[in-house]
Amino acid sequence: MIKLEGLTKVFKGHNIPAVKDLNLEVNEGDVCVLVGPSGCGKTTTMKMINRLYEPTGGKIYIRDEDVLQMDPIKLRLDIGYVIQEIGLFPHMTIYENIATVPNEKQWPKDQVKEKVDNVMSLVGLDPDVFKNRYPSALSGGQRQRVGVARAMVSDPSIMLMDEPFGAVDPITRARLQNEFLRIQERMDKTIVFVTHDIDEAIKMSDTIAVMKEGQLVQHATPSDLLSAPADEFVSNLVGRNRSIKRLHLIRISEILEDVDRAPAIKDDTKEEEVKKRLDESDLRTVIVVDRDNKLKGVVGVNDLKRKTGEVAGDYYQEVSDTVTDDATLNDALSVMLEIGEGYVAVVNEDEKYQGTITLGDLLNVVREES
Amino acid sequence: MDQLLGMAFDVFRAAGNGIESIAQAGDRGIIAHTIDYISRRSDLILELMLEHLWLVVLTLIIAVTISVTVGIIISYYESFAQTVLGICQVLMVIPSMAMLAFMVPLFGIGFTTGVVALVLYSLLPVVRNTYTGIRELDPAIVEAAKGMGMTERRILFKIKIPLARPVIMAGVRTAAVMMIGIAAIAAYVGAGGLGELIFSGISRGHQPMIIAGAIGVSIIAIAFDYLFYYGEKRFSVEGSTREGN
Ligand SMILES: Nc1ncnc2c1ncn2[C@@H]1O[C@H](COP(=O)(O)OP(=O)(O)O)[C@@H](O)[C@H]1O
Ligand SMILES: [Mg+2]
Repeated sequence: MIKLEGLTKVFKGHNIPAVKDLNLEVNEGDVCVLVGPSGCGKTTTMKMINRLYEPTGGKIYIRDEDVLQMDPIKLRLDIGYVIQEIGLFPHMTIYENIATVPNEKQWPKDQVKEKVDNVMSLVGLDPDVFKNRYPSALSGGQRQRVGVARAMVSDPSIMLMDEPFGAVDPITRARLQNEFLRIQERMDKTIVFVTHDIDEAIKMSDTIAVMKEGQLVQHATPSDLLSAPADEFVSNLVGRNRSIKRLHLIRISEILEDVDRAPAIKDDTKEEEVKKRLDESDLRTVIVVDRDNKLKGVVGVNDLKRKTGEVAGDYYQEVSDTVTDDATLNDALSVMLEIGEGYVAVVNEDEKYQGTITLGDLLNVVREES
Repeated sequence: MDQLLGMAFDVFRAAGNGIESIAQAGDRGIIAHTIDYISRRSDLILELMLEHLWLVVLTLIIAVTISVTVGIIISYYESFAQTVLGICQVLMVIPSMAMLAFMVPLFGIGFTTGVVALVLYSLLPVVRNTYTGIRELDPAIVEAAKGMGMTERRILFKIKIPLARPVIMAGVRTAAVMMIGIAAIAAYVGAGGLGELIFSGISRGHQPMIIAGAIGVSIIAIAFDYLFYYGEKRFSVEGSTREGN
């Protein structure tokens, strides 16, 4: 789908090339992550693909078409682009920001409106709430969502994303990553994704291209990269805790069915039954859900002692955080550490309870994989 | 405020000895005389005020059009920019009397000469502010626009100019206030306006005339400054919700 051949860029006045003889092929529907230390030429490579930078040498093909022969404006209109600094237009509303490409393509107004509303919902921004706001009134995470929405509003088959989740805290980043992977599963776009964070690379990618000083060091699936790093540089990059890194590669949903754990109780369960279920539980706690299987909270032994009502719904404790079933095991681990518990409740997109996983479950996975 | 003072300085310098003698003589009757003069010649004063206003507005429109265009062009040609800004700088530091005198052999005596001189005079603030307003935009914003496929033309009109507008407007305000003062001096080359009152007042030693002219110029300057101040404030109120990305 995207093919780079001997791609080279030497900036004016520099004698060392920023990108040197880069050969890379990205298959249709794949997420290829360019990873490497700051200044290794990731952004430069990406900007050559949409011709913000003209290559000094080499070729770029998209669907076997020579990019360097194409009209740059047309090329860019058909490639979704998320720039490293987000670059929202501060004088335009969120709606106007996202509508940029459709407006450039002169789509009819009602079609633009429909698409903008759709893509805003897709990235988790309620159109009615955010449409008329200006970027300055948004949090960092919300701005990054707008940046992504703006890049994908016209449904381009190719997207270039330069550290799209770079400027937010780790928890928000994990959430944005998971949401994006969920979207990508449906959209199946061909994506070149830049990051300097190897964990993010492992999590987001179908293939990883490791770069060093402008050159490609290794291009492999994340699993192969972890098990067979090409050289010292790559093995240093992936680090010593390779088995823990594998937690990035596994989704919670993949292990949830193998976890054998007592099911949750309904919020109208009486004391006797709660006691019985607590005794059976390996966690000394039991999850409480409502009639629709929505997560309410958790009851521990102490809650039962100090109970303030007849049924579990009267005295459960709320949980401080949950994970979704499409999150990775590593996300689950982060949340457990964050909330200081040895377990975390798993919910799906609609907040329905799916199960609980524990530190022990994660340990088992690490043990099996290594 | 300092622009206002600068303007007032220009007017009083033009009025020169006349004003000074008033201050020194401490002539108590002068206020009564001036009021009397103004009420008698209100038609003439009003007409000259309108003429003055027209000179300023016309010049401002021409100057802003030229300056913004030049500012935009040099924002694309960095090497060119310093030269152009240098020329504008030189034009501005030429004393106003000298500038007007230079224009006379080229354009004769009259309104046109005044307009041309004033335009040349007021290029710098707007050219410079347009140029820096555009150059100092966050490059990420411009790059995002380019990367999404906007043409350079669209980027200019949809992104660069709107974002640089507050800075450009500040330049226009400076130019306008400066122009009102110098326009009074332009009467010297027959451009009309309130300067006529001042100059003939000086030559005839008719103090109420000088003062009436100075008051008229001041009113126009204050009105303009207020107008811009008000406009900028509205912009920045809007801007506070808009900027700070
Ligand atoms: N526009 C530019 N002009 C000159 N040098 C540049 C430019 N952009 C990047 N470089 C240089 O090219 C190298 C690679 O930069 P970049 O591609 O931005 O790295 P990365 O995105 O991997 O952090 C760096 O040494 C950087 O200084
Ligand atoms: Mg970069």
